[in-house]
Amino acid sequence: MPARRPLPKLDDVNRAFWTGGAAGKLMLMRCRDCGTFLHPPRPVCRICLSENVAPEAVAGTGIVDSFTVNHQAWYPDLETPYVIARVAIDGAPGVFLTTNIVGCPVDRVEIGDRVRVTFEQHDEIYLPLFEEVG
Amino acid sequence: MPGGAAFITGVGQSEVGVGLTRHPLLLTLDAVKEALTEAGLSLAQIDGVSTYPGRAAGYLGFSPIGADELIDALGIRATWYSGGGEITSQLGAVVAAAMAVRSGQARHVICFRTVYEAAALTRPGEYPIARTAQVDGWHQWLSPFHAISPANWTAQYAMRHVKRYGMTREQLAQIALNDRANAILNPRAIVRKTLTLDEYMSARMISTPLCLYDCDRFTDGSTVLIVSAADALDEIACTPIRIAAMAGVVERHSWDQSEWMSCYPTGADLWQRTDYERKDVATAQLYDGFSFQAIAWLEALGFCRPGEGGAFVEGGRRIARDGELPLNTAGGQIGAGRLHGFGFAHEAVVQLRGKAGLRQIAGEKRVAVCTSGGGPLATALLLARD
Repeated sequence: MPARRPLPKLDDVNRAFWTGGAAGKLMLMRCRDCGTFLHPPRPVCRICLSENVAPEAVAGTGIVDSFTVNHQAWYPDLETPYVIARVAIDGAPGVFLTTNIVGCPVDRVEIGDRVRVTFEQHDEIYLPLFEEVG
Repeated sequence: MPGGAAFITGVGQSEVGVGLTRHPLLLTLDAVKEALTEAGLSLAQIDGVSTYPGRAAGYLGFSPIGADELIDALGIRATWYSGGGEITSQLGAVVAAAMAVRSGQARHVICFRTVYEAAALTRPGEYPIARTAQVDGWHQWLSPFHAISPANWTAQYAMRHVKRYGMTREQLAQIALNDRANAILNPRAIVRKTLTLDEYMSARMISTPLCLYDCDRFTDGSTVLIVSAADALDEIACTPIRIAAMAGVVERHSWDQSEWMSCYPTGADLWQRTDYERKDVATAQLYDGFSFQAIAWLEALGFCRPGEGGAFVEGGRRIARDGELPLNTAGGQIGAGRLHGFGFAHEAVVQLRGKAGLRQIAGEKRVAVCTSGGGPLATALLLARD
């Protein structure tokens, strides 16, 4: 039995991000006035201070900006090794997601790899994990 | 009269160890007493207290003692105090104290950082670590992916240096090797045994490219720095060390949304606030909770260019005690213990005063730089002996 993942506490601002996977969509908050993607999601645009912000689906692909292979069992039952990566999200300049790269050997991952979102469901929460493309 | 510069006067440190049983308030008292003795001050002359991050109720080992508790426990009459985590990292508590004495709110401020993380592990009933199944705030963007430790977050910045700039493990190793070599000459260091490159290279990985020896370890102890006003120096028995410049720049306050860790803008900002230049720096005491942070700080402070930190420390000669830029001469956090930022300022002061004993650096000692944090939060202090 793998270690349970700590799960986010849902609220009105983060709900679209964490539940978008139910519809297979990676949802990022975006300012409807200046177009800036806002992550972490907030009810105001950090560029123009507009409150006219709303979640918007992005393609769900990206590029590995950096990564690390974690070998340390930080808590009991944590299965190691696994890949933690920072993924630059296509179509959302400046937005990075910390995530796991799954579905491939840990030594397969490199900076610059193209990846695609795959959701891992935990009741109503869908964690955006990523897998290598091609 | 307020105004002028702020000075670090007395400094003190308790016993430092792993799994201490002495109460953390008493460890703090030990450090306070040592600092008061050096400064020639009595507690009655202390009118301010500053700490980071304040009492951490959900994780007492991280910070078991708050400023308010210290005030009450030691019978201090404070006209100003501060303690909190929403500040530019650990040495931000010193920045706050400096502003307090410069504005006349206090004359002599005890700045302290007490850590009890190793003891807490052995006594979880008294010092529990709250572990929740549900996370909010910034933790929600990391913990669900088992990116649970600052080692993981820092490792990703280090990995960019490996892949983009060609930083090697042999280069990264120099931080730990240098720390451990210096720690041997620090009677209070928690590890006093040479680390060889072979041992480093064969160590188990924690979070690539960081291995076991790239990480500090839980430590118990307390460090105190007394910050005094310019017009209160006639009460001081030791050589005052002037805080010549302070910097702490934060933009995203995030471990994953910034292209560069906040040490970079902070390091650049420091030099905008002083007439001193990098060549004036006799020693650098740079935060190294993870070895890579010291490399990043070297770049951030402009001792080399971004991406060149690995090459800068290659072979270790340049950063050795008798090198051109002696680094972390007390052993840093990897050798001396995870005193969480305050150890760097303590050692900078001790070196500038020429009181470092066997590990004392040679030559003229007028200016030192010390830092804390570096990830989403960073503080840099430039200290000068006039």
